[in-house]
Amino acid sequence: MRKFIVITLATAAFIAIAGPAAAADHVVSQKDGAFSVGTLQAKSGDEVTFKNEDKVFHNVFSLSKILPFDLGAYGPGQAKKVKLDQPGKIQVECAIHPSMTMVIDVSR
Amino acid sequence: MHAIAKRLLFSSAMATTVIFAMGAASPEASRDRYLRPAEAPAPADNQLTPDRVQLGRALFFDPRLSGSNWISCATCHNPGLGWSDGLPTGWGHGMKKLGRATPTILNTAFNPIQMWDGRKSTLEDQALGPIGADAEMNQPLPELVAKLSKIDGYRSMFKKAYPSEGISEVTIAKAIASFERTVISTESPFDRWRMGDAQAISESAKRGFETFTGKANCQACHSGFNFTDNGFHNIGVKNDGAEDVGRFAQRPVASLKGAFKTPTLRDIALTAPYMRNGAYRTLEEVVEHYDRGGDLKENLSPEIKPLHLSTQEKADLVEFMKSLTGKPMQVALPQLPQ
Repeated sequence: MRKFIVITLATAAFIAIAGPAAAADHVVSQKDGAFSVGTLQAKSGDEVTFKNEDKVFHNVFSLSKILPFDLGAYGPGQAKKVKLDQPGKIQVECAIHPSMTMVIDVSR
Repeated sequence: MHAIAKRLLFSSAMATTVIFAMGAASPEASRDRYLRPAEAPAPADNQLTPDRVQLGRALFFDPRLSGSNWISCATCHNPGLGWSDGLPTGWGHGMKKLGRATPTILNTAFNPIQMWDGRKSTLEDQALGPIGADAEMNQPLPELVAKLSKIDGYRSMFKKAYPSEGISEVTIAKAIASFERTVISTESPFDRWRMGDAQAISESAKRGFETFTGKANCQACHSGFNFTDNGFHNIGVKNDGAEDVGRFAQRPVASLKGAFKTPTLRDIALTAPYMRNGAYRTLEEVVEHYDRGGDLKENLSPEIKPLHLSTQEKADLVEFMKSLTGKPMQVALPQLPQ
């Protein structure tokens, strides 16, 4: 019993010091009319930065139920960010260039 | 390789497949991407054969595909008018004026998305849309299958073209799509210049190409050999009160309100009037539109800005665009099956 209490206290102390796993910031670029990845694996709480590395505007959006968003048009060198707050699959497109598609697969 | 497919080819020296020219480099470095790919793509279940193209040609020119038996695909997509109709906007069943210009079908084989608003993805998907639309050809599709099935000539042609598939909405669409895949731009003076004939286009057209790819920023949307990014842009064209949300109806994203698909510039001299509502009669008027940065500013694409072009630069742009027009493809009118 005493051993169990020690382990529990040690675990609690570790969590208190380290905290929960840090959220990641994924970077997805748009270059040559394509996203840099077809499917992005991410965790709930992570963020995704969409970076325009083309010479034309892009407009990343999703009409998915779990995370609908519209980043609006942004030009060369600009970036916009989305926070992933729910698990699930998010279909992402460029409004201007519909051949640009990708999926964000968000796990807990 | 079938003879029909061979007809689609340029010489091997022209074989280049880059279509989507996003991060454009200098005009010299980007030159190859402006040559046509060697082959027009076709889906695995509808590869081109002479029988399929012949059937598709007959269907395309046959007014019996409409409810009135009076309107064919070619009524609006007239090969003598750049595969369009020469009108600001089309006219449909019962002489009903339509809301949008008839787009050319030239080089649609290369487009991954069809229609001004992109509501169809393939030529097979697209082919049946206008036939079945009340406002256009007003022909219920099940009735069309029955109508064609009663014509001996068509029964024979479908059997040759699609031996195990019969006459159906699917095979009607496949055949029309097959014919449309043969409607390909011919070699233009611009192409000959790119292949090394320095005399093929005027000095003005050469300067126009530089302006097109540089100061005027035209290639931000009119990219690749087909001069389209297959993308959607609101370019601020006046609509005379007839609001048309365009792509927004398919994708309700704010920037798409009033956005339409970038049309090809191939054979552009043959396809006046211009813009999705036929707003301009001449290429000079089109250039003026872009030079002033469009008219309607609401939801305007950020790619559209006043250009401050000189009179010479405007004339050069027009000369360049005219150099994209080849000799019109010769099409033999079919004897329609009886």
